[in-house]
Amino acid sequence: MKLDARIPEGPIENKWTKHKAEIRLVNPANKRHIDVIVVGTGLAGASAAASMAEMGYNVKAFCFQDSPRRAHSIAAQGGINAAKNYQNDGDSTYRLFYDTIKGGDYRSREANVYRLAEVSASIIDQCVAQGVPFAREYGGLLDNRSFGGVQVSRTFYAKGQTGQQLLLGAYSALERQIAKGKVTMYARHEMLELVVVDGKARGIIARNLITGELERHGAHAVLLCSGGYGNVFFLSTNAMGSNVTATWRAHKKGALFANPCFTQIHPTCIPVSGELQSKLTLMSESLRNDGRIWVPAHKEDAEAIRQGKLKPTELTEDKRDYYLERRYPSFGNLVPRDVASRAAKERCDAGLGVNSTGEAVYLDFSAAIERYGKTEANIRGMQNASEKEVLKLGKDIVEAKYGNLFQMYEKITDDNPYETPMRIYPAVHYTMGGLWVDYNLMTSVPGCFALGEANFSDHGANRLGASALMQGLADGYFVAPYTVGDYLADEISTGAISTDTAAFVDAEKEAQDRIDHLLNNNGSKTVDHFHKRLGKIMWNECGMERSIEGLTKAIEDIQALRVEFYKGVRVPGKAATVNQELEKALRVADFIELGELMCRDALERNESCGGHFRAEHQTTEGEAMRDDTNFTFVSAWEFNGDPSSAKLHKEDLNYEFVEVKTRSYK
Amino acid sequence: MNLTLKIWRQSGPKDKGAMKTYPIQGVEEDMSFLEMMDMLNEQLVGEGEDPVVYDHDCREGICGSCSMYINGEAHGPGRGITTCQLHMRSFNEGDTIFIEPWRAQAFPVIKDLMVDRSSFDRIIAAGGYVSVNTSGNTLDANAIPIPKEDADKAFDAATCIGCGACVATCKNSSAMLFVSAKVSQLALLPQGQVEGSDRVLNMVHQMDLEGFGSCTNTGACEVECPKGISLENIARMNREFLGAAVSAD
Repeated sequence: MKLDARIPEGPIENKWTKHKAEIRLVNPANKRHIDVIVVGTGLAGASAAASMAEMGYNVKAFCFQDSPRRAHSIAAQGGINAAKNYQNDGDSTYRLFYDTIKGGDYRSREANVYRLAEVSASIIDQCVAQGVPFAREYGGLLDNRSFGGVQVSRTFYAKGQTGQQLLLGAYSALERQIAKGKVTMYARHEMLELVVVDGKARGIIARNLITGELERHGAHAVLLCSGGYGNVFFLSTNAMGSNVTATWRAHKKGALFANPCFTQIHPTCIPVSGELQSKLTLMSESLRNDGRIWVPAHKEDAEAIRQGKLKPTELTEDKRDYYLERRYPSFGNLVPRDVASRAAKERCDAGLGVNSTGEAVYLDFSAAIERYGKTEANIRGMQNASEKEVLKLGKDIVEAKYGNLFQMYEKITDDNPYETPMRIYPAVHYTMGGLWVDYNLMTSVPGCFALGEANFSDHGANRLGASALMQGLADGYFVAPYTVGDYLADEISTGAISTDTAAFVDAEKEAQDRIDHLLNNNGSKTVDHFHKRLGKIMWNECGMERSIEGLTKAIEDIQALRVEFYKGVRVPGKAATVNQELEKALRVADFIELGELMCRDALERNESCGGHFRAEHQTTEGEAMRDDTNFTFVSAWEFNGDPSSAKLHKEDLNYEFVEVKTRSYK
Repeated sequence: MNLTLKIWRQSGPKDKGAMKTYPIQGVEEDMSFLEMMDMLNEQLVGEGEDPVVYDHDCREGICGSCSMYINGEAHGPGRGITTCQLHMRSFNEGDTIFIEPWRAQAFPVIKDLMVDRSSFDRIIAAGGYVSVNTSGNTLDANAIPIPKEDADKAFDAATCIGCGACVATCKNSSAMLFVSAKVSQLALLPQGQVEGSDRVLNMVHQMDLEGFGSCTNTGACEVECPKGISLENIARMNREFLGAAVSAD
């Protein structure tokens, strides 16, 4: 198989414009006879479904939640990047492009990333026109803040609820098309199979989660916007329902899976507290604008803190180690996520962790509260403000910026972060890997596209903060509506897709067989039992640090777990009703297969890059060491009957416009 | 902690349903309410019983899926939180906890604690948007300055998560807080002005069609709203509605 990314010729700044000008169009009369399926209604899915419907296609949109508004994009907190340069700090399309390539540790595709940076400004315009209430300054103009890995302020935000506001914008655009009858919405439906007819994606099999019925849906193109697969780790910041099934099923039908091991471990999450915990909660990266990260400088102090004999506020400055500021003076607390996460692990492994499990560091706002308080006192002309007054003013400012995050933290931990530093630790957050797509976002199955987190293309080995929202909306609003049309131009005479063909019958039977097997298995262990075990293997061996021994062992363990799962899982209830255990079992079965492929990919990539840190490949200072000679490529895996027999294809990455350098944030 | 749970079990929309009692042991303070429910379900699966069905997803208070009526309160004790943000430290050893679904004509029960809230989506579809197509050729985002105070108020209204606690709490099962939050958000922004009259009329019309009750200004919705959506929004919507109704052709 020859991988062709179909990147347009010419200078990077002209590629997209030229491509759009040359791309084939479908005339409005023909669009009315073309059906498009969109799976998932997060930022990518809702924006794509709305945009394709506006253009005149008949869209069928699917989500497993009870409403499209609840897709997990809703939980994104900190913001969305755009190269608007409103702050006049030297930002530009090129700089956003460059930061993203560098942040991804030179493992993403130049042309796709440049296009992302190019359309970013339009996203903000579009969202404001929809009535998205971004944060504003007193003059009425939009406010910005900074995120990790960059030295400009290009992040637009709505308090700590940016994802919510953007998704509700896309959702309302989607609802408008639903009202017009241009989108048919299938909420509480889960895609279980991709249907491929004569080599082209022609529809899906979806399970109605209320009646349990398997439904056949035909279309001329299928857009998978189903998000990432972080839940393979069981504990992650993903929603409980987030899953890999849509993309994994497409993979098993021929779509290559790219860079599956590239996982983002986010540095600032609320630490794990117990065995029965079901998920982890993110504390936005935006907090690193104002929060300082530290651990005690001395082990005995860390030990005393762990035993509850010492409070962090009692430690004087000289007994604290602000390790990010120490190690990375030019980026400080705003280094990219992979770097910050590894640094936290390094300190905790050295015995300096600050909670009972020894796996937590401090995120401290006291300096910010004091600084803001002083500025505010000056603004108000309070020359002799007392310390108490200053702190009060400072807390008000911090509350206005991050109030909902502080409240969330307090609800979960019962600690007041205005008074004592937050305790945080890295957790699985995002997956850069996903289905391989070409420049048009089409997978290796013609007619099957992947958008947003479900594809692999823009973030390389590490995603920069506030770029996921940007990519989801870029793909859905501004890229796919054009590029899918190029494919559909060949489909104008196809006519309606019949769902009575053998391919649909077979796909439905495959799904039915899986369901029957799980329900009739009569094992003795719950789905969560297996999911937790898978998560432990993945976190220990394919998490923040990976090694040849660990990965080899993990592959064996996962293979054994898979056998045990099919023998020993117990799924109660019936198929023809709401059955949440069955839903989980179907998802976990796919996670187990994916987990093995992730470990294989991590093993095969014998270098460190971005979030993929192989213990064997590090500098003396513990930084990731790339091997550009041998690994400047995208790993694209072809399914071959079993995850163990997956075949590796390589898409070489050619850096024509950016010089490949060692990434440094020092 | 050892607790007694009294949970509403209903096998389907047509089933009558009843409260059932489940003892549960070994609950920890730091567990969230839903983790306690997970624990119960693990136990039920082990015993060969059907686990309790309930909606949940993000478990961080933002998706609006979770929806339990706990001890007579939407999202249980505590203010400004959803069910998933409720922690077991709010309960005591030996407590009996009553858990029911949202109850409202416009939110029919699907199974156990899961209800159908698609009526909310249909209200948004009736006008909860600005009619702007995706083109990339809209005005520059900074072309229209918006007073910070208006933007902040619009944001506060826009933080509604559509969970339906307001409806479940209201003795009339009114959806006024939900509808007014969207009407207000758009009424406070210049982008929402053009379609303002039609929006409020159409959304209120749809709300009535769905079978939600009237508002009698008890303010219970505001108290139970996990996002603190203010009653002011209802007042603003009433003004918008009145204005639109008298000027309508």
